[in-house]
Amino acid sequence: MQSDSIDVRYVARLARIALTDEEVDRFSEQLVDLLRHVDALSELDTNIVATTAQVVESRNVTRADEPRPCLDRATVLEQAPRSQGNFFRVPRIIAE
Amino acid sequence: MSESIFERSAADIASAVMSGSLSAADVTEASLARVDAVDDAVGAYLTRLHGVARGRATAVDARVRAGERLPLAGVPLAVKDNMCLTGTRTTAASKILEHWVAPYTATAVARLLDAGCVPIGKANLDEFAMGSSCENSALGVTRNPYDLARVPGGSSGGSAAAVAALEAAVAVGSDTGGSIREPAAFCNLVGFKPTYGRVSRYGLIAFASSLDQIGPLTRTVEDAALVYDAMAGFDPMDATTVDRVVEPAATALREDLRGLRVGLVRQFDTSVLGPDIQAAYKKAYDDLAACGAEIVEVSLPTADYGLATYYLIAPAECSSNLSRFDGVRYGLRVDAPDVQAMYEKTRAAGFGPEVKRRILIGTHALSSGYYDAYYVRAQKARTLVAHDFEKAFASCDLIACPAASSPAFAFNAKSDPYSMYMMDYYTIPMSLAGLPALSVPCGWVTPPGGSVPMPLGLQLCAPQFAEALLLGAAHAYERATQHASKFGPRLEAVSP
Repeated sequence: MQSDSIDVRYVARLARIALTDEEVDRFSEQLVDLLRHVDALSELDTNIVATTAQVVESRNVTRADEPRPCLDRATVLEQAPRSQGNFFRVPRIIAE
Repeated sequence: MSESIFERSAADIASAVMSGSLSAADVTEASLARVDAVDDAVGAYLTRLHGVARGRATAVDARVRAGERLPLAGVPLAVKDNMCLTGTRTTAASKILEHWVAPYTATAVARLLDAGCVPIGKANLDEFAMGSSCENSALGVTRNPYDLARVPGGSSGGSAAAVAALEAAVAVGSDTGGSIREPAAFCNLVGFKPTYGRVSRYGLIAFASSLDQIGPLTRTVEDAALVYDAMAGFDPMDATTVDRVVEPAATALREDLRGLRVGLVRQFDTSVLGPDIQAAYKKAYDDLAACGAEIVEVSLPTADYGLATYYLIAPAECSSNLSRFDGVRYGLRVDAPDVQAMYEKTRAAGFGPEVKRRILIGTHALSSGYYDAYYVRAQKARTLVAHDFEKAFASCDLIACPAASSPAFAFNAKSDPYSMYMMDYYTIPMSLAGLPALSVPCGWVTPPGGSVPMPLGLQLCAPQFAEALLLGAAHAYERATQHASKFGPRLEAVSP
């Protein structure tokens, strides 16, 4: 692991969060500090250890492919920031 | 009895309502009046539900008259505001959901309403349950009812403050790394995180899905057992709930600890917490022995790596879960000419600093080139932590240790993120292993700079699915020590 620097602008772009210059500076410093703490994990011998994603038994869940009642469309669209007809309205995605 | 209705336990209220000596409507009015009297000072609730509560109380009284048996009849409930309740504002204490009205009800909450609970309000929390003091709420300040100059703990700080200030008999919170147990310790309550997968997360706004678990915050162990019994069990709406019989806890409360081995963790040296706190925990362990427990030493060699493991796994999962808040389908949108800028501006305006910090750490840990070094290594460390507990439980039935690294601290006392994260040092390993664990009041100390004694919590932890044993043992300890009743909340100035 290396944690002496981190490209916060790049990470913020991946995370879709606009940052101010002040935030970039502050988060850079804090993230490097936090990653320095988590670097302690490299002391553990994990070569032959399996990963854990889930701590209790888990299995695939299937059900009959039949329509069932779900949330009412009008109720859901009422909560949308912008809607039009039966759709969520968003800014243009594909250029002209 | 001369005690006010709002002081009574859930068990007491439910039996009085079932017997007809008290109506749910009367209990609800007493609770709402208490909220109106003290919550401007405490700030436990983000949304007060007077209308909803009165409607529910009338329905409970009708069900009781019709002969239904309701284990929590008329019990006033505070709901952490990251759980959905149909038709009510559900904010996660975030600006991005400030005006969102839930179109459905979380399974855990629905089961409590079915059992007779009356929802009094939606309780404050650290934004998206990320924090240990409630100071990360974007929507309000919650104060500790035992000293209004101190934090209630977090992230379920509003839930804890509501029950401690007698503004509800019981509350539900969520615990990812200690978010039920630490505020319970700070507010002189019982706070219980069941085994991962025991209580449905359907309708709980997700933070870290492999760790999040819903549980009760109450003033007695018996009340925690009643709430747990009503919520626990398989839910087809949450594929991670475990389909296995729930052993009722409320009927398994013990009077002593004879025949039980309680493990003290060799690596958890309480001298680092200061002499007063060390002495309080020494006394707590002695009291466990006095209750009949055999005290043994156990070893959790990787427990010290819990914090580092957690602060990779939880942010990684959070960065993925919170990607859904994009300004398209619900919540805040900041308009921009193209969709990419709309996402970035919406999330910049909608998330607070701690949430942004965790999304950034998580995104970094999952990004190309770092995934194996950070995320995969943390998942392997998680395996080692879980193995440590398995080995420890071969030689004991329960593990006892502190619930938090200090009593409730003053506002703005933890300025750098890592010092705040350290509060959950003792609770995180149990979360990583998915174990049931609780905090029960175990003493009082006056913190440096403080003017009044503040409560401490003893954490007890059991193997997976041993909830009934855990709550049963906590009841025996509570009964023998009675620490919770030593001091009351300090609200004289604001009480009528």
